[in-house]
Amino acid sequence: MGVSVRSVRAIIRKELREYRHTRSLIVAMAIFPLIFIIQPLVAVVALAASASESLRHEHVLLYMLGVPTLVPVFIAAYAVAGERQQGTLEPALTTPIRREEFLLGKALAALVPSLVVAYAVYAVFLALVGLFAQPGIASALIQGPDLLAQVLFTPLLACWSIWVGIAVSTRSSDVRVAQQLGVLASLPPVFAVVLIAFNVIPVTPALAIGCAAALLILDALGWRLASRLFDRERLITGTR
Amino acid sequence: MFGFLGPNGAGKTTMVRTLGTLIAPTSGSATVAGFPLAPENGVEIRRRIAIMPESPGLYLRLSILENLECFADLYEVSDPLSRIDRALRAVNLVARAQDACGTLSKGLRQRVALARALLGDPDVLFLDEPTVGLDPVAAHEVHELILGLRERGVTIFLTTHRLEEAERLCDRVAILNTTLRTIGRPDELRDQLFSTALTVRTLVALAEPGRVFTGLPAVGGWQQDGPAVYSLTVSDSVVAAPAVTRALVAAGADVLSIGEKQHSLEDVYLELIDDDTVAARSWA
Repeated sequence: MGVSVRSVRAIIRKELREYRHTRSLIVAMAIFPLIFIIQPLVAVVALAASASESLRHEHVLLYMLGVPTLVPVFIAAYAVAGERQQGTLEPALTTPIRREEFLLGKALAALVPSLVVAYAVYAVFLALVGLFAQPGIASALIQGPDLLAQVLFTPLLACWSIWVGIAVSTRSSDVRVAQQLGVLASLPPVFAVVLIAFNVIPVTPALAIGCAAALLILDALGWRLASRLFDRERLITGTR
Repeated sequence: MFGFLGPNGAGKTTMVRTLGTLIAPTSGSATVAGFPLAPENGVEIRRRIAIMPESPGLYLRLSILENLECFADLYEVSDPLSRIDRALRAVNLVARAQDACGTLSKGLRQRVALARALLGDPDVLFLDEPTVGLDPVAAHEVHELILGLRERGVTIFLTTHRLEEAERLCDRVAILNTTLRTIGRPDELRDQLFSTALTVRTLVALAEPGRVFTGLPAVGGWQQDGPAVYSLTVSDSVVAAPAVTRALVAAGADVLSIGEKQHSLEDVYLELIDDDTVAARSWA
């Protein structure tokens, strides 16, 4: 089965146009990054230079991977349940688009703003730390491997959250319920990231490679899983 | 144009969704736009049809143009801009292309939905209750658009419970009430269900109507429907009407009118649906 690029692109373009006009989504996309940036920034700026030695053995910045985990789930949870609630799902499904194409378009449309937000928040955080934290603190916090991990794991975690959000969305008739369940379902990776960030789980190259491989596999399976859960008949008639 | 008539809950929308490959049939077979209705033909069928659901289902935050651009891509039409322009012209909405759909009236939204359905130049167009909830002016506009499509040779499958709509627009109709009750041209259905009758009106009641009407050619029977109104069952009105006229004149009657009794599609519908209602009551 070939994927129609034009159909996928149509869904992406439509979604991005809709995001611009959906205030609740924009607010949700802004709130989580603010939560993730403000409190840690205050704490880091307040740190004395003497704390730099202990910081050098931690990976506190990995905590910022919570942003790409939580932001996209809000958008993804809206993907199917939102269309269903608006009554726009049926006309879209009467076109030749396949459910895999429809969901891929939805997922990519959620991925683009999520990555932009996650990378932008991270860049802003680093800039503020560089500007306002004690010099020793900044150099202890900003470590090459952590930066690499942030760059690599951001899309992997975002994809996972998107498929979780879409899967929940296909089984829910209410957007808010879908968003709440989606956030709950995407919390386990956040906990894992926090445990790694604060050295409860020691970081090793093998662990990083293992996590990346597992996420890649989950992301690939996520598309298929979400497609299976996407039952045209149930979504349109509300039965079965 | 084919009309699919039935009361609420009869299964009209379910039939459209089934033929549109949105829901799977539980039994039976169908061919849509030349393809057998089967899961493996879903994409090919949807490529050749368009469905306008009862609710327009537009992206209200987007403009008319943005809605149509999205669907032009989903239908993978070639030269989308000219196709969109043609669809907008067909529903007289070119000047409002940049308006957000959320700002449109119900009638205008129906027109946008119709334009959207026309984008793919479908072989078969399914219209599910296209005028439900519209005021008479908006409904009339939609009727005119549908008639325009029919003249262009588009096959249209119209579901409705508005009988005057079906009578005005459809070449053939089917009446269902969870099961198919009848199918045919409206005039054929009338002929099947109702015998031809003449209605005779005179200025004053006839003294002996039995003597006037009995034995006339093509007249099978008669009954009095009012003080000076008579209903005659006839086998051929062309033969019966002149004979009845001559007999009335010979009897010295002052004839006001002699005309063929007209049965509407509504009479056909009520006759069939009432049968179902009576049957349901007798079961209960």
